[in-house]
Amino acid sequence: MWKQIEGSRAIAETVAMCRPQVICAYPITPQTHIVEGLGELVKSGELAGCEFLNVESEFGALSVAIGASATGVRTYTATASQGLLFMAEAVYNAAGLGLPIVMTIGNRAIGAPINIWNDHSDSMSMRDSGWIQLFAETNQEATDLHIQAFRLAEELSCPVMVCVDGFILTHAYDRIDLPLQHQVDAWLPRFEPRQVLDPAEPVSIGAMVGPDAFTEVRYLAHNKQLQALERIPEISGEFYEMFGRESGGLLRPYRLDGAEIVVVALGSVNGTIQEAIDELRDQGVLIGSISICSYRPFPLEAVCRALMNAKRVVVVEKSLSVGLGGMLATDVQMALAGRRQKVFTVIAGLGGRPITKASLLKLFRQAKADALESVTFLDLNWNVINRQLARENATRRSGPAAESILKDLATLPTKMV
Amino acid sequence: MLSIAAFLEGRHAQAFPSFGSERMGAPVMAFCRISDRPIRSREPVTQPDALIIQDPTLLNQAGLFEGLQPEGYVLINSARSLDQLGVASFLKSLPQDHVLTVPATELALRYIGKPLPNSTLLGGFAAMTGELRLASVLAAIRQKFPSKIGETNAAAAEAAFEQVKQAVAQPPLEHLCAIREETHVEAD
Repeated sequence: MWKQIEGSRAIAETVAMCRPQVICAYPITPQTHIVEGLGELVKSGELAGCEFLNVESEFGALSVAIGASATGVRTYTATASQGLLFMAEAVYNAAGLGLPIVMTIGNRAIGAPINIWNDHSDSMSMRDSGWIQLFAETNQEATDLHIQAFRLAEELSCPVMVCVDGFILTHAYDRIDLPLQHQVDAWLPRFEPRQVLDPAEPVSIGAMVGPDAFTEVRYLAHNKQLQALERIPEISGEFYEMFGRESGGLLRPYRLDGAEIVVVALGSVNGTIQEAIDELRDQGVLIGSISICSYRPFPLEAVCRALMNAKRVVVVEKSLSVGLGGMLATDVQMALAGRRQKVFTVIAGLGGRPITKASLLKLFRQAKADALESVTFLDLNWNVINRQLARENATRRSGPAAESILKDLATLPTKMV
Repeated sequence: MLSIAAFLEGRHAQAFPSFGSERMGAPVMAFCRISDRPIRSREPVTQPDALIIQDPTLLNQAGLFEGLQPEGYVLINSARSLDQLGVASFLKSLPQDHVLTVPATELALRYIGKPLPNSTLLGGFAAMTGELRLASVLAAIRQKFPSKIGETNAAAAEAAFEQVKQAVAQPPLEHLCAIREETHVEAD
């Protein structure tokens, strides 16, 4: 059913249609609207048979989710940014125990400095935790991925994060085709847990495992993600059969026909990238892109196949591995191991800086002219950087860098910065 | 509500806020794109076809009109005229009926009982640009606020629509000033 609706609300209504039995909530911008929406739906009785638990922190939220999921009920929570970091220990535990919790991440930067805006630093910090990480390109996909996430998580007994760009998607009103309850009921099977904490049939979950078996347990987690590589495209296909639209899958190619330059990105920035590609294609530039939906497991073979004929690969990513460069670019390079294609890293959109079509066009033209550095910081203000470096060179007690930069920016007319 | 009104007319729309300092009275911005085809861009609007200015105290803000299209529209919430606001000469390159003031805060006070001009301005926007039908704007307001609040907001929007329609039909524009000026408008 088509609606003009806020992304967060659409996610809340869709999660409710998946009939979770326990929802744990601790609010943090920008995911707050999602759990608030679910809270309303539980209170009004629209989402029946669900216990909505307000907890004292994010650590509590995921810990309660772990306990709930271990008793064999469908469990959901959501968080972002520092909230995800605060639950970090439980994030690893949920995956290590193989509990199929679904969690939305309203992607947002991590401090310091304090910043509430969008980038991918939060979920990237948990990329090796054993959770499956799916990235939504649009609010339609964000909505659809949640239904697929429950199916995938429960089939494999593995937790899934659905990563949705904070503000850019969570707070945007878009035209969304919301699924119908009977479709979701028909498509999403009843949760059959692999393990259940049940007083009638006692088992222990989370025993200590020594060096004799730890590697084997870890390998099994890896193996589970390899199975997910097979199941993600199949589930996307089955979703298409029921709901009539393409959502999810490992990755989505765009105008790869004869593309010499291929752009790779995660999430909502793919929309702006596609607009830029259309403009350059009209000018005869052979350029295309791939939007990666499944970041963990990372689809090495599918990425390699999609990039087979590219001469240059430009990876645009909203996170930074400080001291290295790009995390996504590193993975793409692994997919292309042994091949001679050049892979460029572009760090963009950190802390909510808009990634504009104008900047992307300039960037892609540089790629065409083979004028890109191996790591580029998009729209970096070198004047600000150089002045700060000069201050740091001039005096030992140069003070906190972020505050110095803010002072610097405030004393200059807007036009000059 | 603007994006919902466009949706109700079968069009594609995307609306999103720009977040800043979380305090009352801080300047805020929100954007809306309306199109006949799916909207993929996710960058903020930097070259608007129309600007709705809810708080005239922001008129002195540097760069407020930056990127406005040559045939663009400007709707300012004020009981004063463009001359009185000191922007008439600044905006004279725009087509005449494309720059208007409407006393949305006063209309909101009269119909809603609160100085909340945003839904009221949407009525003015529909009249000025012809981009949306009044009926769609009213339906969007009622959908967003399905109670008496929706009705009062719709009434205020309709009043703004009529005022702007008259102003567009019979220049000069200056006669639009009415009632009194509200200097500080609560940011939405």
